[in-house]
Amino acid sequence: MEVLPTYMDVEHSRAYIDQLYSNDSQKCFQAVSELKFAVIGSVREKGSIIEQGVVVRLLQILRAPDLDILLKTEVATVLNSLAKGLPEHAASLVQAGLLPVLWEQLEACVGGSGTSAYTQMILCCLRSVYRQGCAPPPPSWDHKLLTTLIQHGYHPPCNQECVANILAHACKVSRTCEQQQQLVDAGGADLVACMLCSPVSRVQLPALHCLAAMCYNNERVSSIIATKSYGGKAVPDLLVGLMARDRPQDMQLAAATSLTFLHRSGALSADDPKIIFKTLQCLVRMCRRDREVWERVEAANTLAYLTEVSTELQRTAAMTDHLIDTMNDYLKDTTSSTGASVPQGICGSPISCRQYDNPSTWPELMLEAALKVYASLSANDEDIRQRVIKTDGLMNTIVTSLSAACPPVQLAAVRCLHSLSRSVHTIRTTFQDHMVWRPLMTVLKTSNNEELVTVASSTLCNLLLEFSPSKEHILDQGAVEFLCGLTRRPHPGLRLNAVWALMNMAFQAEHRVKVSILHHLGTDQIFRLLSDTDVHILMKTLGLLRNLLSTKGHIDQIMQCHGKEIMQVIPNVKLQIAATFCISNLIWNVEEGAAERQNKLREMGVYKLLQNLMTTTDTALFDKVKIALQQFH
Amino acid sequence: MATSSGRCSVEPPLFGSHSGQDPIKALYPMVNEEETPLPRCWSSKDKYSFIGLSQNNLRVHYKGHGKNHKDAASVRATNPIPAACGLYYYEVKIVSKGRDGYMGIGLSSQGVNMNRLPGWDKNSFGYHGDDGHSFCSSGSGHPYGPTFTTGDVIGCGINLIDNVCFYTKNGHYLGVAFTDLPSQLYPTVGLQTPGEVVDANFGQAPFVFDIGEMMRELQCRVRTTIQNFPVPDTYGQWQTMLHRMVSTYLVHHGYCSTAEAFARSTSQDFDEELTSIKNRQKIQKLVLGGRMGEAIETVQQLYPGLLENNHNLLFMLKVRQFIEMVNGTDTEVRGVSRSPSRPPTHESSPSPPCWSNGRTTDPVPGTSSTPPSSSTTSTPVIQQHTSVIQSTKNVIGSGPTSASPVTTEELNQRNAQDIRATSPPSATNGTTPVIHPPAPSGSSSSSSSSSSSNSSSNMHDSDTEMECMEPNSHHLQETNNSLGDTSHSNGFSNGFSKDVDIQDENEEAMEVENSLGSRKMCGGNPAAIERMLAFGREVQHMSQVLRRELGKNDHNKKMLQDAFSLLAYNDPWNSPVGWQLDPLQREPVCQSLNSAILESHQLPRRPPLEICVAHTKQLINLMSRSGLGSCAFASVDSILGSQQ
Repeated sequence: MEVLPTYMDVEHSRAYIDQLYSNDSQKCFQAVSELKFAVIGSVREKGSIIEQGVVVRLLQILRAPDLDILLKTEVATVLNSLAKGLPEHAASLVQAGLLPVLWEQLEACVGGSGTSAYTQMILCCLRSVYRQGCAPPPPSWDHKLLTTLIQHGYHPPCNQECVANILAHACKVSRTCEQQQQLVDAGGADLVACMLCSPVSRVQLPALHCLAAMCYNNERVSSIIATKSYGGKAVPDLLVGLMARDRPQDMQLAAATSLTFLHRSGALSADDPKIIFKTLQCLVRMCRRDREVWERVEAANTLAYLTEVSTELQRTAAMTDHLIDTMNDYLKDTTSSTGASVPQGICGSPISCRQYDNPSTWPELMLEAALKVYASLSANDEDIRQRVIKTDGLMNTIVTSLSAACPPVQLAAVRCLHSLSRSVHTIRTTFQDHMVWRPLMTVLKTSNNEELVTVASSTLCNLLLEFSPSKEHILDQGAVEFLCGLTRRPHPGLRLNAVWALMNMAFQAEHRVKVSILHHLGTDQIFRLLSDTDVHILMKTLGLLRNLLSTKGHIDQIMQCHGKEIMQVIPNVKLQIAATFCISNLIWNVEEGAAERQNKLREMGVYKLLQNLMTTTDTALFDKVKIALQQFH
Repeated sequence: MATSSGRCSVEPPLFGSHSGQDPIKALYPMVNEEETPLPRCWSSKDKYSFIGLSQNNLRVHYKGHGKNHKDAASVRATNPIPAACGLYYYEVKIVSKGRDGYMGIGLSSQGVNMNRLPGWDKNSFGYHGDDGHSFCSSGSGHPYGPTFTTGDVIGCGINLIDNVCFYTKNGHYLGVAFTDLPSQLYPTVGLQTPGEVVDANFGQAPFVFDIGEMMRELQCRVRTTIQNFPVPDTYGQWQTMLHRMVSTYLVHHGYCSTAEAFARSTSQDFDEELTSIKNRQKIQKLVLGGRMGEAIETVQQLYPGLLENNHNLLFMLKVRQFIEMVNGTDTEVRGVSRSPSRPPTHESSPSPPCWSNGRTTDPVPGTSSTPPSSSTTSTPVIQQHTSVIQSTKNVIGSGPTSASPVTTEELNQRNAQDIRATSPPSATNGTTPVIHPPAPSGSSSSSSSSSSSNSSSNMHDSDTEMECMEPNSHHLQETNNSLGDTSHSNGFSNGFSKDVDIQDENEEAMEVENSLGSRKMCGGNPAAIERMLAFGREVQHMSQVLRRELGKNDHNKKMLQDAFSLLAYNDPWNSPVGWQLDPLQREPVCQSLNSAILESHQLPRRPPLEICVAHTKQLINLMSRSGLGSCAFASVDSILGSQQ
């Protein structure tokens, strides 16, 4: 049907496009109708029409207050058809200023009579643009606008479908806490609850995506949504219904995702049967070999998130349906699916934003997802860790992935390594065999991704524990200098991990290591850390000092070099507390050689200083001083 | 029961409607327990001596010395798992792990050594509590799941479609343990050390694991397979065949206008002339309206020789005519008894049984004394069908014999069974051999549904009545529609007889007013009673002649006896033989007559569509017997229902 020579096509187009600009509304309507028939179903025609700049004129018609509603409806139909073309087409429409006009028209529709067909078409058009994944959220998430949109979402089903899709996509593009809250304030939670009960799956599915987006990482919104109900059934129960095994798979997955987010936001507890039985089993089921790749990836990612914290969920997941083996398939599939043909019409979840369009990325996505699942599963339970470690080829995969080009895979690998590094046994055996410190140090030194460095440095902490055979190797890689540098970073997590790692490093270390730490860190930095606002950093710094100052010989040497600086700490109250803490540690009665240290400190006038501090008005300091004094014999 | 689209219904059609029933049976609706009983407890015979049973043979305890693996002991359930379960599941609660907790839970074939734990031998499969390993016909296990101990509930499931076995622990799915399982496996548990005690739940109590949801998933899968089954249709033969099936069905039941319209739009021809169809339709209306005298006359007129050559059929019609006379509906008594105060006709009989399922058809034909003519000109396919059905019929042994005397209760029961399971009803009164070919009970149920809706619609106009009819009773609707008359509100049985001559209608309509009064025999008119008694003697005479000519016939004898017994009661409607007066008893008569007419014209006795449904049901029964688990989720009724 598209074999017409181009020149005829152009001629043909021109004929009605000219009429489009006519002031005679009858002629104009005729032209729009012809235009409609021309563009429906023809991607090429859509492109050509957009290139000819017709959109501007169409928008003009929409905004003209005196033009007939039938004409406007016809125009909206054409715009909807254009938006359904390629993503580029939708993008051009957005660029031409389509969205503000549509929103404005939607607002104008409220309360008007005889406008239902028009409203419907406006909503369809918005839906089509949003589904292309290229649209920004509704302008400024204006409350009035959202309320209008949500009002349209109750009836009829075709409007519901449109509104559900618009919200689902808009939420995906930006889901900040404020926007989630705004959506709920505008009645989004009630609407979604209503939509879940729709008999039309094309309404239910986007409603689920919208619900998930609203709940994600938002305690307040989640607690509101969890108490909403429709038709006498609470939202969590509705979700369980939609997750039933005879539902379409994408719906099961979307419902499981919503429940996962509700759980992680604290609205449902881990031991709630809806979570530990239904959601967990559903997600594990969705990871099976016979599912679509995008479903497997999404399911595994969601599962990793679901089981990230709760040991109970980790244990249950680890024994459910051979999950650990299933995840191993994800690692192995990396090569086999590369050349696979692209399934036609793969859309993935509507909120996936075309993440799964390119099959060549699938192996990486699967690898990342599986590593995340392993990371979550082995976070707390040593038995699970050992089962995970025994997974065929996992350690090699982790090591290779650490040096992968793709940052998400790297991050997942480091997360996995981090969980596994909590096992003394593993650190001593498998990690040693695979020399994991090498790629790990490379990641630390080369990456500027803060999240990645945080997790990697946290892993390093574990590898620097005194029983770790990797410790020496890591020192050889210049870890001291690197970690000391890390203590100066603005990100508190990084500072904490760095100090922590140094503390571990200093524990029962050789004198040269301690000297090296002190040298690279510098007393100034130690004091800065001692006055850090983050109490954890403060504690770890004191721990570091304690470790540096342990065993008599080392203390003596260090006190000789740095005793004065430690004493200088006294003036500042906070520092006073910290220093007193430090002194307490030094003179702790139970420790070997405490008496000698006490004498030494007494010689330095510390006892007197402490006695003077007893006059302080600061109760915290007073308590510490008192404790310290009690240690003196 | 399966009218929702499935996608929007949270409760599934298959498992929601069995409350109050035997819960084990309810789990496996497609299992015919007469052929393949379900496991319900442990077998007190099929066990090793170290096993003790208690609590209705549901609790198992170890009573050996338990020194080593040679002291292991197992017990099997009473019956093997029927394939028609589709998905079978049982749970075992570990009451006590005893000394060492060497417990095995699984499946084994009959004859496997019981002095062993399940899984150690060929055709034996088990999951063991001490190490969490699975044992697949071997002494060495594979790491499978977590260990289990006191307080845990272990479930063992077998998917009889894929032939795989899985376990659950405390409601969590552990995944597939064994594949390629043999058939005829028994639930089996084994214990090995003193103090070990386990309790079994074969479904008598709710399970910890949600097996129902898994069943729904399988059902969904099987249904998708059926619906997406590829039909190669290169030359449009498939479609042509479907068109023919629809058309022959319409023609068979005399839906002239519909058949005509359908044939026009699909460009086919009939095998039968339109006038012939209309004639049959007319006769059917008379029979269903209770006007037997007129019906017989019309048959004799239109099909000379038919009844003369089929004495048993004629006798059946006459007996029915006698019954209709008692009822006061037959034309002979109506003419006499018609008066303003005439007591009501049968329409005010006690509410017909509520056979809610109008679509239940059990089209297995009864044994026919007149096998299909081999010289027929109808399509060979149809002939073949008929013969196959009759051969399968022999296998089942007991087809529904609607023409035989059956109480309403029995019919109710039978139909209820038909709703639950599509296996052939077994409640049929099999004492009387059937002489006349019985009609499919499906039509009687559709009649009953219409009459039940009718009885309830006395207060409504017939528009409502039409709407609340079951779809399968559409031939009744069709009749109304074809006459373009939907204004009958007289509650007259199923809307048939009034159409025969329209002049009766108004009177009928008026008569409804006092239809709720007490009923009297033959409408209470003495002249009519006289006529009825005379007719009775006539029928008796005929019976004697028949006996002389054709030999003794128990069925005819019983039929006549039942009919005459009506005279023994003051209020025959409320007598033990009152069921005969129920309008739905006209259905089998009508079907027999219709089939005989069609047969005399060398047309199939039964429409291919009904034969096809019957075939499918038989095939599903055959699947069950051949161990194909998919049959559990392939109930014809539920699949037809779900596609609305």
